[in-house]
Formats: sequence, structure tokens, C-alpha cells
Amino acid sequence: MISQSVLLTIVLAPLVACLLAGIGGKVIGRVGAHTVTIAGVAISFGLSAYVLKLLLDGAPVVNETVYTWLVSDNIRMEVGFLIDNLSAMMMTVVTFVSLCVHVYTIGYMKDDPGYQRFFSYISLFTFSMLMLVMSNNFLQLFFGWEAVGVVSYLLIGFWYTRPSAIFANLKAFLVNRVGDFGFVLGIAGIAYYTGSIDYATVFAARDAIAANTMEIFPGVEWQAITVVCICLFIGAMGKSAQVPLHVWLPDSMEGPTPISALIHAATMVTAGIFMVARMSPLFEMSEAALSTVLVIGATTAFFMGLLGLVNNDIKRVVAYSTLSQLGYMTVALGVSAYAGALFHLMTHAFFKALLFLAAGSVIIGMHHEQDMRKMGGLKKYMPITYWTSAIGTLALIGFPGTSGFFSKDALIEAVHAAHIPGASYAFWCVTLGVFITAFYSFRLVFMTFHGPERFREVAHDAHSAHESTHVKTDKDAGHEPDVSHGDAHGHHAHDDHGHATAHATGHDDHGHHGPVEPHESPWVVTLPLILLAIPSLFIGAFTIGPMLFGDYFNGVLYVEEAHDTLGHVGESWHGPLQFIVHAFQAPTIYLAFAGWAAAWFLYIKRPDLPGVIAAKFSALYQLFAKKYFFDEIYQAVFARGSVGLGSALWRVGDVALIDGAAVNGSARVVGWLSGVMRRLQSGYLYHYAFAMIIGLSVLLAWYVLR
Amino acid sequence: MSITEILFYAFSGVLLVSAVGVITARNPVHAALFLVFSFINSAVLWLLLEAEFLAIVLVLVYVGAVMVLFLFVVMMLDINIAQVREGFTRYAPLGILIALIVVAEIGSVVYVKSLGTEVTPVAQVAVEEGYSNTGALGELLYTKYLYPFELAAVILLLAIVAAIVLTMRQRVGLKQQDVAAQVSVRAKDRIRVVKMAPVIEPPAGSEQGEKQP
Amino acid sequence: MISLNFVLMLGGILFALSVAGIFLNRKNVILLLMCIELMLLAVNFNFIAFARQLGDLGGQVFVFFILTVAAAESAIGLAILVVLFRERKSINVEQLDTMKG
Repeated sequence: MISQSVLLTIVLAPLVACLLAGIGGKVIGRVGAHTVTIAGVAISFGLSAYVLKLLLDGAPVVNETVYTWLVSDNIRMEVGFLIDNLSAMMMTVVTFVSLCVHVYTIGYMKDDPGYQRFFSYISLFTFSMLMLVMSNNFLQLFFGWEAVGVVSYLLIGFWYTRPSAIFANLKAFLVNRVGDFGFVLGIAGIAYYTGSIDYATVFAARDAIAANTMEIFPGVEWQAITVVCICLFIGAMGKSAQVPLHVWLPDSMEGPTPISALIHAATMVTAGIFMVARMSPLFEMSEAALSTVLVIGATTAFFMGLLGLVNNDIKRVVAYSTLSQLGYMTVALGVSAYAGALFHLMTHAFFKALLFLAAGSVIIGMHHEQDMRKMGGLKKYMPITYWTSAIGTLALIGFPGTSGFFSKDALIEAVHAAHIPGASYAFWCVTLGVFITAFYSFRLVFMTFHGPERFREVAHDAHSAHESTHVKTDKDAGHEPDVSHGDAHGHHAHDDHGHATAHATGHDDHGHHGPVEPHESPWVVTLPLILLAIPSLFIGAFTIGPMLFGDYFNGVLYVEEAHDTLGHVGESWHGPLQFIVHAFQAPTIYLAFAGWAAAWFLYIKRPDLPGVIAAKFSALYQLFAKKYFFDEIYQAVFARGSVGLGSALWRVGDVALIDGAAVNGSARVVGWLSGVMRRLQSGYLYHYAFAMIIGLSVLLAWYVLR
Repeated sequence: MSITEILFYAFSGVLLVSAVGVITARNPVHAALFLVFSFINSAVLWLLLEAEFLAIVLVLVYVGAVMVLFLFVVMMLDINIAQVREGFTRYAPLGILIALIVVAEIGSVVYVKSLGTEVTPVAQVAVEEGYSNTGALGELLYTKYLYPFELAAVILLLAIVAAIVLTMRQRVGLKQQDVAAQVSVRAKDRIRVVKMAPVIEPPAGSEQGEKQP
Repeated sequence: MISLNFVLMLGGILFALSVAGIFLNRKNVILLLMCIELMLLAVNFNFIAFARQLGDLGGQVFVFFILTVAAAESAIGLAILVVLFRERKSINVEQLDTMKG
């Protein structure tokens, strides 16, 4: 039996730590801040693991209300916990990654003046995410959903003095609002059709939704369940950065790297995946919604991966790979392989957090340089970082035996087995995506850790004009989002808070004006890397059996018989080793190796070739470099459009209608009317007499003719 | 057609003609005289309608008092007839239109809606011996309508007071008797008694026995 | 036998004439007062006709009161007129526009 106080402690420990570090940050100091927050998250992690163990040992699922906020029109708004295998897994993953990131942050942020604030934020994030995954109703889900969005906003704009960071966090917030709008509509639809926002009640009443149709456009009848599911999925698209709402995620790399690892790779962005899996009983009712999910996921998986090929910012490459992997998860959701999606979510959380933290470690080692063209040959300077990130990369490309291999291969197999509309498109996308993933992942590894030590050349080139070098190279590459904050252009993509913090703390030993000497990061940075590398390697092999083909998710996820792609895959399941052997009969693994080989050829063997190819296919290159012009289009259509709409509303609505017609207009009408009325009141006695008599005769006429 | 009816129609005609005279007369004096004529005609018609007391009152009060008052005022005031007649016909079309509308409306009430006037009239009660309209009206006034009657008396008093207050004026430099001052006068205001020593020596020894003051 | 309708119409026409008189003599306050007197007379005709028709002397009592009030009214009206004339040396209504807003 899982007691309520344990659950409350899991949730509240990070919140208390957040408040202590946030409000009392000045009092408890830096050490105090990271001590309390790490302690809070450690408590959460320990108890989460304990809860997971209890559940695995057969403890009953917890579904209870902690607090009733209000009851309105028979809709109960409550705070409650639903602790089953799904939420226990999420809790454990979230708290584990969060704990690693907390520890890592000590090293990464050691010079930052906003140290306590940062710890407060990430603890707040942990609290919000736990609220989200532990919820047993839509209201609390939405609370967690919005709370993680707020924290994400705060953290992307953590260095709030940088215009580019402010732009990025505003962008993330606005794009997420679009998704959240759909999400709220979906929740409203559910509340409308079932009269409840409690998961269990809603799932029990799902036939009630399915029985309805709604007419959004006159004459077109839509199935209510499809509309509701697509609305919910729009929310997931915003949070999990699916095309076309993905634009905020690459820009979110403006935030500190630990945040990119925790929020924008491992946990928060998977909230959409988690939510759709949670809603599996609803999504299973509508094949149209599943197809939508599938196609959008496949598009994201393939086309966002392509963008990773041309980017030179180490964090952005990882960000695009995150987009792509989120696409894989969404594809799995689309083919009803919810367990596959969650499995990939879990493994991805480990290896992507690992990759990000490794990238952060590189950035520390390179003294806050993020451009991969200025790196190379770091292997011998940063061995731990190298090996851990190699593990992460292998897991990402699906090297046989790593956790990523199991999750991704099972997922691709499930897509192969699916036959809902869009499945073959999705299959091609995810299969080719494997090649792309392998290519850009190893491109990152080779450019960063192998090859010549380019940072020395760069330093020599630009030792007198560091800033201008940044600007020049960035513009040459053309990978900068061409947004309207030109003055910050040079700084845009660089995790260069060292500039600010070094000056602030007064020991500028980073040597920006001399050759950069890379060094291995301190133990607080490498320890989390090692901690994360272990599950990245092994967790897949251990958990694939129960999670995908076993009964781990029994009673949590719901799959229609006709959609049971994982069951189909499971028919040939004979244990992890056989799975690996079986994989060698499929093309995906060879594609992964091909990607590896291609990356090796282009970036180690013939480093001159990429430039040639880029020049040859400059149109395509430009398309990738400009990220399919999404930013430009959004800038032109939505940003300009809303500015135009705003100014039109201001001119027409505000100035002309409200000020002109309503305010001044009514004054004018009153003035004109009183001018007329004034003439009626001539002051002549007989006019009043006439008015009386005429009025009398009119009254009489009305009386007579009535 | 009885003689009563002939008389009634004839006097009605005269009444309307004199009413037209009232509203169109150039001279206010003529208008007032036309009005007097209208009242007299009305009194005749009221007599024919068996309202003898009111007919008498109309002649006595209106013709005798009110209209004299009118004539008095008209003649007392120096009215510039040309000026007040100016633009006489300016509103005439409107006035005639309104008048026609009023007539049409009343006609429609009387003849179309009829207001129950088509109901057979109550059989004319034979006037019993010794019936007096004045007596009957008086009985009614002093019994059933006593309070309204008293009120009417008060209103008339009010009208008298108001008219006097409005028209009375104090001329500057007019010597007037101040009764209150006269009444409230005291002897000491007028005369002063002064004690004083005698100025003439009495002849010594002439009037003995008389005391000196 | 005089019909009730005839008397009512007579009153109505008399009333309409006095209405027209107000429009015609709008400048002359004395004539306005006279027209009002004429109006009251027209109304009195109705009362007397109905009193006779219904055999109810109440109508005649009303006429009595109307006459009383009319007398009072014309007395005060004329008094005001006299005061007005004393002030303005004119009874032209055209000049009485101090009530203008």
C-alpha cells in the first residue's frame, strides 16, 4: 500500500526546496541553495523509486483525491494522485534526471550570479512535472502543463539581459500558447461530453463522447472524439514540439545547458507524449486522430532530423535530434504503440540528457564556445566527456545492445506492422530517419572530439577581434535565425554567460583573447554524465521485455485489438539477445551504420567535402539552414500579421470606432442632439403651449384610434 | 322640430360665429366683447339644457365680473395692436390643421365610438311640482360636495390675495399713513417732561397760604 | 329634443376654435387668456350635456367648480399680465423668452 504522505512528500519536497532557495536564497547562500534543492530532489527520487518498487511488488494502483478545490456544476475540481506503473516510471525518470542535472548545475553554473535563482527554478520545474505526471484529473494535468511551461519560459530567459534569450522565451511561450489553446479546448470538450474531468470517469464514459458528432463548420459533421483527440494532440504538439509548433525548441537553447538537458530534452517536452499515452483509451476510439498523430510525428522525425545535418552549434544539433526523437515517439503513439513511445521516452530521457550534459561539459571545457567548427580533437583533453557522449550517441543512433537500440527498433517494427492511413509514409520517414540520426550524431562527435584542434586556429585568427569573428562565421554559415534582434546577433547562439559572470565575479581566467586550452570538467559535471551513461547503455535490455511485451503497462494503456502493432511485434519476441540478432535482418541497423560511415567519411576522411556539397546543393542547404523558413513564415504571417491586425484594430477599432465613433461620436451626437433640443426650448411661451396642444391631440388620436 | 330645438340650433350657430369673432378680432376690446356675447349665448343654451342656476352664474360671474375685468385690463394697458397682430397668419395653417384634427377626433369619439351615447336616453323625468334647479344644486353642494365647495372658496380667496399681492406696488416718495407706528407710539416718544426752577419771583406777601412748588 | 351628440359636437367645435385661437393670437396674452376661457366653456358644455342625459346633478356641480377655478385663474392671470406690462411696457409674447435654455 502506498501511503498518501509518501506521495505528498515526493511532490512537495522539491517545492519546499524551491521556495527555500528562491525566497531565502540570499540567506542560505550558494551552498545552502544547492544543498536544499538537491536534498529535495533526492528525497523525491528516493521515494519515487520506492513507490515504483512497491508497484512492481504488486501494490494496488493509487487513485485518490487529496484535496477538493471546488465543485461547480457537478464538475469536481480536485488535486489527486493516480499512481500506476506509467506515472511511477515517469516520476522515477523525472526525478532521476532532475537529480543528475541538479548536481551537474553546481559545476556548470558556478560563476553565475543567478545561482540560487537557477536552483529554485529547476526545483520548481521538478515539482510542476511531478504534478503533471501524478495527476488523476485534467485540471491538475493542465496545472502541471502550464507550470512547466512557465518554468520553461523563465529558464529560457534565464539570462534575461540578452535580447536573444528574451526573444526565445517569448517565442516559446507564445508557440506553447497556441498548443495550450487546443489543449484547453480538448479538455473543455471532454468536460462537456462526459461531465467530468477525472481520468477514470472520463475513460469510463468515453463511449458517450464517441456517440456524439459535432458540427464545427456548417454542414460538416465531425466525430466528437476525433475533434477532442486532435485538440488534445494540438496541446501535445505545442509541448512536445511537433511540426508546425516546433519552432520554439531550437531557440530554447538560449537557456543554460542543464535546462536544455532537463526540460527541453529529457522531461518537459515529453509531457505531450506522456499525455497522449495517458489518453490512450480516448485516442484508440478515433483512427483519424491516430493518423494525424502519426503523420505529424513522422514529418517531425524525418524533416527535423535533416536540419541537424547543417547546424554548427553543438547544442542546436542536439536540439534537432531531440525534435526528431520526439517525432519518433509521436509516430509510436500514432500506431498505437503507446508502450513503445513511453519506452523510447524513458531511454531517450537518459541518453538525451546525457548528450546535452556532455555538450554542456564540452562548452565548459571550451570556455563557453558552442560552434563545433571551432572544436575538434577534444578526445584527449576530455576523456570522460568523450566516452559518455559516445555512449549517448550510440544509444541515440540505436547501436545494437544500447537502450536506444531497443526502443527505436521496437518502435520502427511497430510502425512497420501498422496499417492505419499514413503508416507507410511514417515507416519511410522513421527508417530514413535512422540514417540521418546516425549521420548528424557522428558528425557532432567527429567535429567535436576528433580531427584537428581547430580551436587553436580560430583563436589565432581572431585573437584581436573575437567578437567580430563570431559575427562573421555565424553569418557565413547562415544558420542564425534571422530574427529581428540584429544587435545581439553575434552573441545569439553562444552560451557565453561567461562574459557576464566572469566580469561579475572578477576572475576572468578564461582567456578569451588567447588560445583556448580545453580541460576536463570537474567531478560534479562528470558524475552525472557517468550516472546517466549507465542507464543509457543498459536500461533498454532490462526493461524492454516487461515494458513492451510484458504486462508492465497492463491496465494503464489501452489498445484496440485492430491497432495492436506491438502485439504483432511481440509475436517474434524471444528475449533481448534474439531481438538484437533479429535486428540484423532489418535494413534499419545497416542504415545506422551507413550514417556513421558517411559521417566518418565526410568529417574525418575528407573534411573538405561538406563545404563542396553545401556549395553544390546550395538551394537545399539554404532550405535546411533556414529551417524550412518556418521562422520566416511565422515572422511574416503571424508576427507581422498580428502586428498588422493589432495596428488595424488600433486604427479602426480603437481610434476610429471606440475613440472616434463611441467616445467622441457619442459626445458629438449628444452635442448635435442638444443643439436640436435647444432650439425646441425657444423660451417662447406659445411654443410650449403649441407643444402641449399638439401632444394632446396626438395622445387623443392614439386613444381614439387604438 | 320643436321650438326648443330651433332655438338651440340658432343660438349654437350664433355661439360659434361669436367664438370665431373672438379669435379673429383685430381689436382686443372687440374680442372681449365677442367673448361676452359667446358667454351670453352659452347661458341661453344652458338654460335650454335645464341648467338654470349655472346659466345665471355664467351671466353674473363671467359676463358681469370676469369679462369686465378683462375689458378693464385691455383698456387700461396700452397695447400696440399692430405689433401683436404681426405674423397673425403665420401659424394659421398649423392652427387650423390642429383644430380640424381635434374636431375629427372628437367627432370620431362621438359618432364612431359613440361612447354609449346611442343608448336610449333616459326617459325625461317629469319635473315634479316645485322642483328647483338651484335648490337641488344647493342641496348637493352643501351636503355631498361640501369639502370641495369649501376648497373652492379657499381658492377664490387665494386668487383675491394673489391678485392683490401681484398688482400692489410701492411708489417711491409716496407719503403714507403708518398705522402700526401710530398705534405703537408712546407718550415719552413725543413729549419730554423737564423739571426746572421757577423763573418768576412771586410778589412777596401777596398770596399767602399758597405753597410754592 | 336636442341630441346629446349635437351638444358634444358643439363643445368639440368650440374647443377646436379656441385651439385655433391660441395658434392665431400667439402673441397676445390677453387673447390667449380669453381662448382659455372659451376652452373651459366648451368643456362645461360636455358636463352639462351629460348631466342632463344621465339625470345627475354632479355634472353641474363640476361646472360650478370649473367656473370658480376659471374665475380665479383669470383673476390671477390678469394680475400677472398687469405686472408684466408694468415691467416690460408690452404684452408681446415674442419678447418673453427669458425661459430660453
